Amino acid sequence: MNDYSIFDIIGPIMIGPSSSHTAGACRIGYTAQNIIKLPITEVEFVLYGSFAKTYKGHGTDIALLGGFLGLKPDDERLVDAFKIAENRGLKYSFVTSEDDIDHPNTVKIIAHTNRLEKWEIIGVSIGGGKMIIRSINGIEVQYTGDYNTLVTHHRDSSGMLARIATILSESRINIAFMKLYREEKGLKAIGIIETDEDIEQQVIDELLRLNGMLYVNVIGKIYE
Amino acid sequence: MKFSNSLDVIAYCNEHEVPLHTASMDYEIQKTGRSYGYIRDYLRSVLGVMSNAVHLGITDVDNHIKGKIIGNDSVLLKKRYENKKTVCGKTIAIAVSYALSTMEVNASMGKVVASPTAGSCGVLPAVLITMKERFDLNEDQLIEGLLAANMVGSVVARNATISGAEGGCQAEVGTASAMASAAVVHMMGGTPEQAFNAAAMCFKNLLGLVCDPIAGLVESPCAKRNGMGAANALMCAEMALSGIASIIPFDEVVEAMYRIGKTMPPSLRETSMGGLATTKTGIQINTELFK
Repeated sequence: MNDYSIFDIIGPIMIGPSSSHTAGACRIGYTAQNIIKLPITEVEFVLYGSFAKTYKGHGTDIALLGGFLGLKPDDERLVDAFKIAENRGLKYSFVTSEDDIDHPNTVKIIAHTNRLEKWEIIGVSIGGGKMIIRSINGIEVQYTGDYNTLVTHHRDSSGMLARIATILSESRINIAFMKLYREEKGLKAIGIIETDEDIEQQVIDELLRLNGMLYVNVIGKIYE
Repeated sequence: MKFSNSLDVIAYCNEHEVPLHTASMDYEIQKTGRSYGYIRDYLRSVLGVMSNAVHLGITDVDNHIKGKIIGNDSVLLKKRYENKKTVCGKTIAIAVSYALSTMEVNASMGKVVASPTAGSCGVLPAVLITMKERFDLNEDQLIEGLLAANMVGSVVARNATISGAEGGCQAEVGTASAMASAAVVHMMGGTPEQAFNAAAMCFKNLLGLVCDPIAGLVESPCAKRNGMGAANALMCAEMALSGIASIIPFDEVVEAMYRIGKTMPPSLRETSMGGLATTKTGIQINTELFK
């Protein structure tokens, strides 16, 4: 609670009715589609805890889907999320689960891309419109969306992180936080690198040329 | 610059001979790294959203703007104060109608400013727009009011909580009311001490207020409690401006609020497991909505 700024105390500007069940849910959806980036054909939202019990009353379903369509929490088009999804040919569904989870406001997003890849992203809405992405395809992460963020999917090998850092420093991008997660030694790893500066396409291209780099994307920061 | 509590804020104002809104702006620039212009522009858009929400509900005579339980109450109240001699004076009646209006907009999935939360988003706009109309305040003065309100909310968030799940309604509507009251005192030319006195009195009147939303929705009793928070803010500002001080200083009141919140049973902290939510009618509404 200690790092609340004026944008939290007198904000966020948002579509009601609930900062945790509407604005936070929207941000989880928004971030998830930003992590995946590829065109998505089908998405399923699995709702847990309080999300599962009260999602209809708070428009959590509308907010999650709207966010997933790229709308931000203050976008008035959110209320038309179902219609927008249908127009874009995105198949969507909502499922509730009784499974025990750590946090009452949890959602698992299962998305299928046009390349037939399946993504699983778990997010929690932690209050005041803030959220944390807890898991990306089974790999545990702690991603908050407070900074411009580079997400790298690469093979777990020695020196990879150093090479990524070199490319960033040569482009004068300052790393604020950097975390590495891996499935298992020597297999796939995910790097989450939060930066002060914007990350340009040229930097992404350079990273993609690294041996062992599978996939790179950039998530613009989602807070004021 | 570090503002741990209201004493730090008041000391900064006195030492640098600056008004409360300048202290707030300096602090936010330092904390967020954003420019003066960026923060001002943001607050300008905040005022735009607040002003819209205040007027959308009270002019919605066809009752399109409603939630699952609430709607149209702001229109009823407006009709009364425009046609009848009011019981509590027109200013209070207007402020309450604006708070109800904003909460109706929020419940209908309209655009609001969570200040500090969505559940308490009616108080600050209601008070600011009422003051704007009553004293013909300009945008600059309202932005100064917002900045003063921010200083109060910031100290509460730092030392206690602004979440109903942690501290009950006293933490949400209580904080919103304290913020709004400080804004009024500031815009009326009161001192930083008076602003925090008003905020302290606001909290004292709302200590112990539980969060017991019917059917888990941000609607009832939330909307009317926002109305009460607005009226309370105006009343406490009036007292503070007259020179009345809070017997217990602001920072200690905030500490008490936090302690009370922590001793509240979870059933009365936004879980809808107690209070009004589990009355006969409360349960009935819940069953009908989610059967």
